[in-house]
Amino acid sequence: MSNNTLCLFKILNNYYSCNNKFMHNNYWRSNLKIVSILLAIWFLVSFGFGIIWSDFLDQFQIGGFKLGFWFAQQGSIYFFVLLIFIYIYLMNKLDKKYKDNTEK
Amino acid sequence: MDTQLLTYIFVGVSFALYIGIAIWSRASSTNEFYIAGKGVHPIANGMATAADWMSAASFISMAGLIAFLGKDGSVYLMGWTGGYVLLALLLAPYLRKFGQYTVPDFIGTRYYSHTARLVAVICLIFVSFTYVAGQMRGVGIVFSRFLEVDINLGVIIGMCIVFFYAVLGGMKGITYTQVAQYCVLIFAYLVPAIFISILMTGNPIPQLGFGDTLINTDIYLLDKLDKVTSELGFNAYTENTKSNMDIFCITAALMFGTAGLPHVIVRFFTVPKVSDARKSAGYALIFIAILYSTAPAVSAFARMNFIDSVQEVQYKEAPSWFKNWESIGLIAWKDKNNDQLIQYSSGNALEGIKPKFTNGTGSSGERLIINKPDITNSNEVYIDRDIMVLANPEIAQLPGWVIALVAAGALAAALSTAAGLLLVISASISHDLLKKTFMPQITEKQELFYARCSAAVAIFIAGLFGIYPPGFVAQVVAFAFGLAAATIFPALLMGIFYKRLNKEGAIAGMISGLLITSAYIVNFKFINAQMNSSDNWFLGISPEGFGFVGMIINFVVALVVSYFFSRPPDDVYQMVDKIRQP
Repeated sequence: MSNNTLCLFKILNNYYSCNNKFMHNNYWRSNLKIVSILLAIWFLVSFGFGIIWSDFLDQFQIGGFKLGFWFAQQGSIYFFVLLIFIYIYLMNKLDKKYKDNTEK
Repeated sequence: MDTQLLTYIFVGVSFALYIGIAIWSRASSTNEFYIAGKGVHPIANGMATAADWMSAASFISMAGLIAFLGKDGSVYLMGWTGGYVLLALLLAPYLRKFGQYTVPDFIGTRYYSHTARLVAVICLIFVSFTYVAGQMRGVGIVFSRFLEVDINLGVIIGMCIVFFYAVLGGMKGITYTQVAQYCVLIFAYLVPAIFISILMTGNPIPQLGFGDTLINTDIYLLDKLDKVTSELGFNAYTENTKSNMDIFCITAALMFGTAGLPHVIVRFFTVPKVSDARKSAGYALIFIAILYSTAPAVSAFARMNFIDSVQEVQYKEAPSWFKNWESIGLIAWKDKNNDQLIQYSSGNALEGIKPKFTNGTGSSGERLIINKPDITNSNEVYIDRDIMVLANPEIAQLPGWVIALVAAGALAAALSTAAGLLLVISASISHDLLKKTFMPQITEKQELFYARCSAAVAIFIAGLFGIYPPGFVAQVVAFAFGLAAATIFPALLMGIFYKRLNKEGAIAGMISGLLITSAYIVNFKFINAQMNSSDNWFLGISPEGFGFVGMIINFVVALVVSYFFSRPPDDVYQMVDKIRQP
C-alpha cells in the first residue's frame, strides 16, 4: 500500500468513527429524552394522582369510583402498561432511524 | 363429586403437566440451565415472567390484605406493577445487551471487582431467601386446608416437585413450566372473580363490577362498603389511614425493589434480542395487570361478602367455610357477650391477637381458645387475612370445581416463584461464586453439576423455611423488596447511567444500603417489635417503606465515595458505551 492510500484510509477511518460517535451520542440523547418524559408520566399517574393528590381527586366520581381511589387501585396500572408499549414503539422507531443513518 | 376429590384431581393433573413439560424441556448446557439458551419468545417470556413474579403473596395474600386495608392496600397494587416501567425503561434492554448470565455478572464486570460481585451475591442470596420463605408458607396453607394433609408434608411434596423441574430443567425447564403455571393461575384467579362479580353486581367484568351498583339496587358497592365499614368502627374502605409520606415510601420501596429483584431481571437475559427484552417487559406487565387489576375487585367483594355472611349470625348456623377455616386455626370466635351470635367489628378480638386453641369445644360448638378476650372492643372474630382469596369462592357459595381450581392456581403461583428464585440462587453460587471467583478452572460440565447441587441445597433450605415459617407471607416479602431497592437497583441503575461511578463508590453504596435498611427493619420487626408504631419511625416511615430511604442513602454514599477515588478504567467506559448503543 502506498503512503498516500494509507493516509486517505486513515482520514476516512477517522471521519467514520467520529461520525459514529456523534450518532451514538444523538441516539443516547433521544433515548434519555424518551425515558424522562415517560417516567414523568409514570410518576404523575401513580405517586401524583394515586397518592399525593388522591384525596383531592376523590371529590370527582366516575361511576361508583372516587377518582383518586380509581387511580390508586386501577388507573395507574393501566397507564403503566400503556407507557411500556409507547416506549417500545418509540424505541423501535429510534432504533430503525439510527440503523438507516449508519448504513447510509 | 365432592370438592376434596376435585381438588386432588385438579392439583394432580396440574402437577403431572408441570413434570411432563420439565422432562420435555430439560437443560443440557450451562447456557440452557442459566438463561434457556436465549431462545425464548417474548410472549412466552412475558408469561413466564408474570408467573415467576406473581407469588403466593400476590395470589393468596394480596387481595386479602387489601380487603382489610381498603385504600391503604393500593401500595401493593401500584408498587408491584409500577416497577415494571422502571425495568423496561431503565434496566432490561441494557442488561440484555450486556449479555451475561447473572445480575452479579453485570455488577462484577461493570465495577471491575470481585468484591463488588461478592457483595452483589450476598445481597441477592439475602433477598431471594427472604422471598422464598414466603412462598413455602403459601404452599403449606393450601395443602393443609384443601388436601387436609399436614402442613409439613405439603411443603415436602411441593419441594419435591420444584426439585424435579428446577434441578433437571434449569431455566429452560422452569420457563416453559411457568408458562403453563401462568395459564393455570390466571384462570383460577379470574373464574371466581367473574362469578362473584356477576352475583353481586351483575357485571361480568370484575374491574368494572366493583365500581358498579349492587344487583337489584341503585347503591354503588363501594358506597355501601364505606358505610358498612364505618358503622363497624373501621376506617371507611375508600379512605387512607396511613400518612401520605408512608404510603409514598412503601409504594416507592416496592417499585424500586421490583426493578431490583434478581429473579425478575434475569428473565430478560433469556430472550434473543435487545428489542425483545423491551417487548418481554411489556407483555409481562400485561399478564400481571390482568391479575392486579382484578385483585382490588376481589378485595372489595370479599370484604362485603364476609361481613354480610357472618354478621349477627348464630354460630350454629354459621356457613361451613367459617368452621372449616376455624378447624385449621385461621379463624377463631370468642363469644364475648354470650349471645351465641357472631359479632364482627374493628379491633382485635383476642389478647395476643393470634388464637391458641384448646381441644375442647364451647356451648355453641366453637373451638375454645386459651387467650383472654380483648375487652377494649366488642369484636368477636379473629381472621387471618391470608385466607380471603382461598375462602372467597366458598363464601360466595360457588361450585366445588371453582374451589378446586383456586387451590391448583395458588399452588402454581407459589411453585413458579419458588422455582425462579431457587434458580437465581443456584446460578449465583455455581456461576458467580465458584466459576467466576473461587474455582475458575472448572469445566462447563462441572459447573452445571455444581449448579444442580446448589439448586438442591437451596430447595432443602427453602423447605425448612416452609416448615418453620417466619411470620406473614406479605410482610416477609416486603422485607425482600426493601433490600432489593436499597442494594441491587441503585448499583444497576448507576452502572448504566453514570459512567464515572467506580468500584469503591458502588461497593460502599451497596453495603450501606444493605446495613441501614436491614438494621431498621430488624429493629422494628424483631428486636423492638413493641416500638413498631408511627411515633417512633424515622419521619413516619414504616419498615415496609424504609427500602426507599435505604436506596437514597445508597445513591448518596456511592456518589460521595466515588468522588474521592480514581475514575473507572477505559474498558469500563467502552463497555458502558457499548450497552447504550442499540
